[in-house]
Amino acid sequence: MKEKNYAIKIDDLTVAYNYKPVLWDIDLKIPEGVLMAIVGPNGAGKSTLIKSILNIIKPIAGTVKVFGKPYKQQVDKVAYVPQKGSVDWDFPTIALDVVMMGTYGSLGWIKRPGQKEKKQALEALEKVGMLAFKDRQISQLSGGQQQRIFLARALVQNASIYLMDEPFQGVDATTEKAIINILKELRHAGKTLIVVHHDLQTVPKYFDWVTFLNVKGIASGPVRDIFNDDNLTKTYGINYKVAVNK
Amino acid sequence: MELTDFFTNYTLRTITLGTAVLGAICGMLGSFAVLRKQSLLGDAISHASLPGIALAFIITGVKNDNLILIGALISGLVGTFWIKGIVKRTRLKNDTALGLILSLFFGLGMLLLTFIQKMPNANQAGLDKYLFGQAATLVEEDVWVMATVTGISLIVLLLFWKELKLLLFDPDYTKTLGFNTRFLDILITSFIVLAIVLGLKTVGVVLMSAMLLAPAAAARQWTNNLGIMIVLTSILGAFSGVLGTAISASQDNLSTGPVIVLVAAAFVAISFVFSPGRGLLFREIRIRRNRRELHLRKTLTFMYHIARDHEEISHPHAIKILNNFHGFSRKSLTKLEEQQFIKLNGKEWALTKKGYNEAEAMYNKMGTTHD
Repeated sequence: MKEKNYAIKIDDLTVAYNYKPVLWDIDLKIPEGVLMAIVGPNGAGKSTLIKSILNIIKPIAGTVKVFGKPYKQQVDKVAYVPQKGSVDWDFPTIALDVVMMGTYGSLGWIKRPGQKEKKQALEALEKVGMLAFKDRQISQLSGGQQQRIFLARALVQNASIYLMDEPFQGVDATTEKAIINILKELRHAGKTLIVVHHDLQTVPKYFDWVTFLNVKGIASGPVRDIFNDDNLTKTYGINYKVAVNK
Repeated sequence: MELTDFFTNYTLRTITLGTAVLGAICGMLGSFAVLRKQSLLGDAISHASLPGIALAFIITGVKNDNLILIGALISGLVGTFWIKGIVKRTRLKNDTALGLILSLFFGLGMLLLTFIQKMPNANQAGLDKYLFGQAATLVEEDVWVMATVTGISLIVLLLFWKELKLLLFDPDYTKTLGFNTRFLDILITSFIVLAIVLGLKTVGVVLMSAMLLAPAAAARQWTNNLGIMIVLTSILGAFSGVLGTAISASQDNLSTGPVIVLVAAAFVAISFVFSPGRGLLFREIRIRRNRRELHLRKTLTFMYHIARDHEEISHPHAIKILNNFHGFSRKSLTKLEEQQFIKLNGKEWALTKKGYNEAEAMYNKMGTTHD
């Protein structure tokens, strides 16, 4: 396969905040068009991996290529859904405004969003089932609604790759279902989705590709080939038995 | 003094204008500091400017206000970016770094001030005005400088409005969209430093951070819109300046800076109690009203359960049977009768048709949401 066919290709990536490495020598090839889960225990470096791909964190060594080029040249092709808890929801603004932020990247410096951008934002709000809440102060939204707002903001970017940090954390079953449906829809449209995920039970149901991570890369590939007790045990360090119906 | 003095007295007019402009720019930029959770940054910056003030005097040997302000600016910037460097490179948290730099620079500044006092031929009288501020020394030129800086920062704010808003809400996301967050950070921080340095002569090193924070904290209570918040903050800041100057001018021996800060603090107190959305007073009223309402409804549904078992819904029941129900009180019975949900007759109560329907609707609604 030519390098260009990988949505993301990571070579020898090593990241450390202080002394201890958070990611050690990661090699990862993510093909285009997969819906991939990143799984691993707490402190495995899952969020760090995503932030390194996005160039939010500078690695000590290694390279990240997005469609064969550095991230900086591909910002318009990548959308990020951060952890819900990473921002202060008491910020003085409304839901529509947050979703509009997804258009800022394509607008570039100084230019203000107009009617076209507003329309895109409204469409994204409708897609996540939040149109009725467009004028709601964001602190008044429930956790699940806030997560949907973040998803809508990423949808507005109309990217090719979506990186999501625990989008199912602290949301109710209805929201989880709504989100996974949107993710599957995006994959059918040929997008690549990379999702930090915690619930191992749902991995086979939701995803077609999986990466096991615990500071080092354990395994990465199709769920039906590599999502097994062997890899789970290697990743989580205990003898892991998961009730997977294959 | 008379009210007309404001319009005829040149000095007073200059001071009033100066404090108003200062209040406006500090408020405007203070909103950013507060929303970025860097409220204490202003305090650190103003204290960090003190050694710069002293050094500017020692090096040049003249007491030129502009040279001293440049010294304060450089020293303030060094302190600020030192704090940011510490946070980034060490494991120290933001508040620790702020406190450390604040006391380090302030201590150094005080040391230099004492040194200046011991210098021969030094006309040191006046440098200590930067500690507590002395609005009376404001001249027209100062007002012009403040107005120019206010104008420039307003233009920058409007130009980069979208980017700054994004940075305030979600810095990491801002980065992923390809914006240079370092540039934005330096831009906004530099303007905050500039505003503080401009205010030193009027309000002084020690109280300067209140000018930055108080109007923003007050304004946040009244609005949920960032744009309105910043406009409101500027107005509150300017108004604190004018009112503070007026109060201090009306009495002898009231220095202007502290009065301005106290006026701004009064705005904060009023806002925290009386703002309709977030204020303590209305919140308390809402909570109580809500609890009372729930209390009534709970009692009503309990009555519904009893009445349901009878053929005749308005069959009277003894009040006594409500006694083992926790939500019940005599007062709530009267309230329910006022709303025509029940009829009271001596020691007995009976549901009305209206009360029965209300309770049934409520019961069904609760039933479905809990499924």
